[in-house]
Amino acid sequence: MSERVPVLRIGDILLVSIQVDLEDQAVLNLQEDLADQIVTRAARGVVIDITAVEIVDSFVGRMLATIASISRLLDAETVVVGMRPAVAITLVELGLSLGGVRTALDLEKGLALLRRSASGADPR
Amino acid sequence: MTAAWAADEEPQTQNIAHNDDVVRARQQVRTLAQRCRLSLVDQTKFITAASELARNTLVYGGGGELRSGLVEREGRRGVAAVFEDSGPGIPDIDLAMTDGWTSGGGLGLGLSGARRLVDDFVLDTEVGRGTTVTIVKWAR
Amino acid sequence: MAKQGTGSGLVGLLSADEGSLADQWIDSVVGSLKGRISKAEVGRELHELYGALVEALRAGGTDAQSQEMSETRALLTELSRNRARQGFTPTETAISVLALKRVLEPALNGGSAADVAAYLELGRLLDDLALFTLETYARAREEIISAQAVQLMELSTPVVKLWDGVVAVPLVGTLDSARTQVVMEKLLQALVETGSEQAIIDITGVPAVDTQVAQHLLKTIVAARLMGADCTVSGIRPQIAQTIVALGIEFGDIVTKATLADALKLALTRSGVDLVTRGGDQR
Repeated sequence: MSERVPVLRIGDILLVSIQVDLEDQAVLNLQEDLADQIVTRAARGVVIDITAVEIVDSFVGRMLATIASISRLLDAETVVVGMRPAVAITLVELGLSLGGVRTALDLEKGLALLRRSASGADPR
Repeated sequence: MTAAWAADEEPQTQNIAHNDDVVRARQQVRTLAQRCRLSLVDQTKFITAASELARNTLVYGGGGELRSGLVEREGRRGVAAVFEDSGPGIPDIDLAMTDGWTSGGGLGLGLSGARRLVDDFVLDTEVGRGTTVTIVKWAR
Repeated sequence: MAKQGTGSGLVGLLSADEGSLADQWIDSVVGSLKGRISKAEVGRELHELYGALVEALRAGGTDAQSQEMSETRALLTELSRNRARQGFTPTETAISVLALKRVLEPALNGGSAADVAAYLELGRLLDDLALFTLETYARAREEIISAQAVQLMELSTPVVKLWDGVVAVPLVGTLDSARTQVVMEKLLQALVETGSEQAIIDITGVPAVDTQVAQHLLKTIVAARLMGADCTVSGIRPQIAQTIVALGIEFGDIVTKATLADALKLALTRSGVDLVTRGGDQR
C-alpha cells in the first residue's frame, strides 16, 4: 500500500499540497483521486502546491499535465503553484514546458488566478 | 567510466527492482550531490537525471543496479551515477536518444532529457545483453 | 662521489660565508624589485628560505620534490602567492630564487673541482625550485582571475525591483553562457523572494548575442512561466534583432518591447495598474 496525498477542499476548490518525495504509484493514485473528487465534489478548480517539491521529473511533470487536461474535460481549472527556480530550470532543460498547465508563484496567487478566471475577468 | 572514483571511498550500490527503489535512488544521489557541493540548480538537475534513468532501468531494463559515488578528474570533483541492467538492450541508440520517442508509453524524454541535465553522459548498450548508462556532474 | 657527500658539499658551499651570502642575495633581490617591497620583508622571507634550504641539504635532500625540501617548498609557495597577489611579474618572482645562483658564482673562482660540481648540482636544484615557484605563481594568478570573474559576474547582474510585483535585470556587456545562467538563476530567485509576477530582461547594454545566449534567455523566460510569472525582453538593438532572425531562433509568443519604458508599461498594465497622465489636456 503506497501513501496517499490528502486532497483538501476549500469552497469549490480542491487543494493538494505535495510534501514528500512521491514514488510513482503514489503519483498515479493522486491523479486518480483528483479525477474522482473533481466530479464527486463538483469542484471548479484544483490547486497543486509543489513548494516543498525538490524534484519534478518527467513522470511527475506528465502527471501535472494530465491532471490539467482531465480537469479541463471535467470543467475545472488546474493551477500548479510554488515551483522552485531550480525545478523550473531543470524542467526546461529536460524539455518539459508543461503546455496547458497554468502556474502561479504561490498559493495565494494561485487562488486569485482561479477567482479571476471564474469571474471571466482574466484576459489570458 | 569517464573518470576515476574518488580514492577515499567506495561507490554505493542500490538495487532497482521496485517503484520505491526509484525514490531511494533519488535519495542516494541527493546525498552525494550535496556532499560534492554542487550548486542547488546542478543538484536538482543531477537528481532529476538520475530519477529518469532509474525509472528507465526499472521499466525498460526489467530492473538493475545503481552505483554512485564521488569522482575526480584533473583536480575537479564531481558526482557520478552508473545505471546497469541486463534487459533487452536498445536496438537503435539514435532513435532512443531522440526527444519524444518512446517504446514504453512515457514522454520519451528520459534518455535525451537526462543527457541535457548532466555534464558527461555515456550510453553502452547491446541487444540481448543489457544497457549501462553513466552520468557525471562536475562541481563548478 | 657518494650522494651524502654531494649534500654536504652543497651545504659547505652555501654556509661558507653564511652571513654575507644571504645579505648579497637579499640585496640583489631587493634591487630587482625596485623598492616595491621593503628590504625588511624580503630579508625576513629570504632568511627563512635560506635556513630551510640549508636545513634540507643537511638532511640529505638534493631534489626539489624530495621530502626534505617540503619546508622550502612551503616557503616558496607562500612567497610566490604573495608576489602574485601584489602584482609582481613572473620574472620578478623567479628572480628571488635564481639570484642565489648568481650570488654563488664568485665562489667558483679558485674553487676546487668538487666545488664546481657542487655548484652545478646546486644550480640544478635552484632551477627546479625556480620552476616550482613559477608554477605556484601561475596557479595563484589563475585563482585570482577566476575569483575576480565570479565577483564580476555577481556585480554585473543586479536584479532591481521597478514596482510592486515587477522586477528587472538590466544586462550590460557581453553575455556568455556562464553569465547568462547566473542571471537566469538570480532573476527566478528574485521572483520568489519579491513575489513578482512580472519580469523584464533589458538587453539595451548588450552588444551581441549568439545562439547559445539567446537559447539561455529563452529558457529563462520559459522557466519564469513555469513558476507563474510573465517575462518581457526589452531593448533589443537592430543588429541583435538581425542576428536573432539570421540564426533562426524562434522567440515564439515571447513578448519583446523596444525600450525598458515600454516593457514597464506593459508589466504594469498586466498587473492591473492604471496609468493616468495628469493635466493631459495640453498633451
